[in-house]
Amino acid sequence: MQAVIQTKKLGKRYGSFWALENCDISVPEGSVSALVGPNGAGKSTLLKLLVGLKSASSGEISVLGKEPVQHADFLGDIGYLAQDIPLYKNLDATEHLKMGVNLNKRFDAEFMGKRLKDLQIPLDRPVGKLSGGQRAQVALALALAKKPKLLLLDEPVAALDPLARHDFLSSLSQAVADGGLTVVMSSHLLADLERVSDHIVVLASGRTQLCDDIETVLKEHKILIGPRKDERELGEGLTVIHETHTARQSTLLTRVVKGAKVPSDWQQHEPNIEEIILAYMGQGNEGVVR
Amino acid sequence: MITFRLNTHSGVPPYLQIVQQVKQSLQVGILRPGDKLPTVKEVVAHVAINPNTVFKAYRELEMQGLVEGRTGSGTFVKKRPEGPSPEIHNALGKELDGWVTNAKKAGLDEEEIEALLRIALHKSKEG
Repeated sequence: MQAVIQTKKLGKRYGSFWALENCDISVPEGSVSALVGPNGAGKSTLLKLLVGLKSASSGEISVLGKEPVQHADFLGDIGYLAQDIPLYKNLDATEHLKMGVNLNKRFDAEFMGKRLKDLQIPLDRPVGKLSGGQRAQVALALALAKKPKLLLLDEPVAALDPLARHDFLSSLSQAVADGGLTVVMSSHLLADLERVSDHIVVLASGRTQLCDDIETVLKEHKILIGPRKDERELGEGLTVIHETHTARQSTLLTRVVKGAKVPSDWQQHEPNIEEIILAYMGQGNEGVVR
Repeated sequence: MITFRLNTHSGVPPYLQIVQQVKQSLQVGILRPGDKLPTVKEVVAHVAINPNTVFKAYRELEMQGLVEGRTGSGTFVKKRPEGPSPEIHNALGKELDGWVTNAKKAGLDEEEIEALLRIALHKSKEG
């Protein structure tokens, strides 16, 4: 499968502070990629670099085969929803729709109108007076009406109640089901991401900790429980991501490369994606793990 | 038409949960040969999951020979999985319902009921 996004040693520096450093990611076409990491890990910076709102300080970046720039030729294929759901509060949904038609080369007004009608969103009320969930749906409909090949969402569901969140993710999944769309979505809500995503990127301390499809990630990680062991060497192909120890027992979340052998005196358990993500998020200070 | 429920904390991969639910529906006769499964878009609209999960589940069911995809018109049930008929499933289910009611009346909680069932299964395995 072809990569829609590819970065190599990507870095972004603000003054003397590197918000993003040596960031290598690859997002395959048609996937829904979850971008997770602690606050300040560089998620929003990465999304801004991908859409060309910021320029890289170092490294390479390719999005849909091009270098991101704020130019119609590049942006025509990209939908981007910034963190605070930017809409014009005094304008209603219909006015946003008209604006979409005027500002974009390609804009499916019929699609957006139908969508908002199906969701029973009042078209003639200023969007500032809609509920948070409705506003998010208007913004998503606006972004999808461009028929983008890539949709970048910065914490789209953070402020929504559980029902609005479900509705938003349902709309998003339906758009993905129609085909031809790749999504990168940052969020702290791991349970949601697990359902909706099939690919994951974990950032911590400005670096990529993990970038792979979720199925592979689940397959390659094991929780090993055994007698207390201080040294981290377990054997070839085994990398300890996170460890906890009691006086007699060690619990290790371990990446097990295909074909590697786990010592027989260790109990093996399958971690869920949330446990794996948390282990990698705690990794930030220890450098990049591959 | 059937709907799917997904439990994200069960440890069972979501696609496998869909496979299991289709099979169960076939076992008890809720789904019959010729029935159409919900489209991928209908499923994701309802449960908000990644469409590839549903594609994968349907592919798995197709590989097991239980359903078939017809281009342009959807996925249809081809046959029931091997095994006892829906009538037998339903009759046994009813018997079990009665037993569970009795157990609850006697003051057992769900955990204890599950434990009893597990022990019984274990015993039957040992013959």
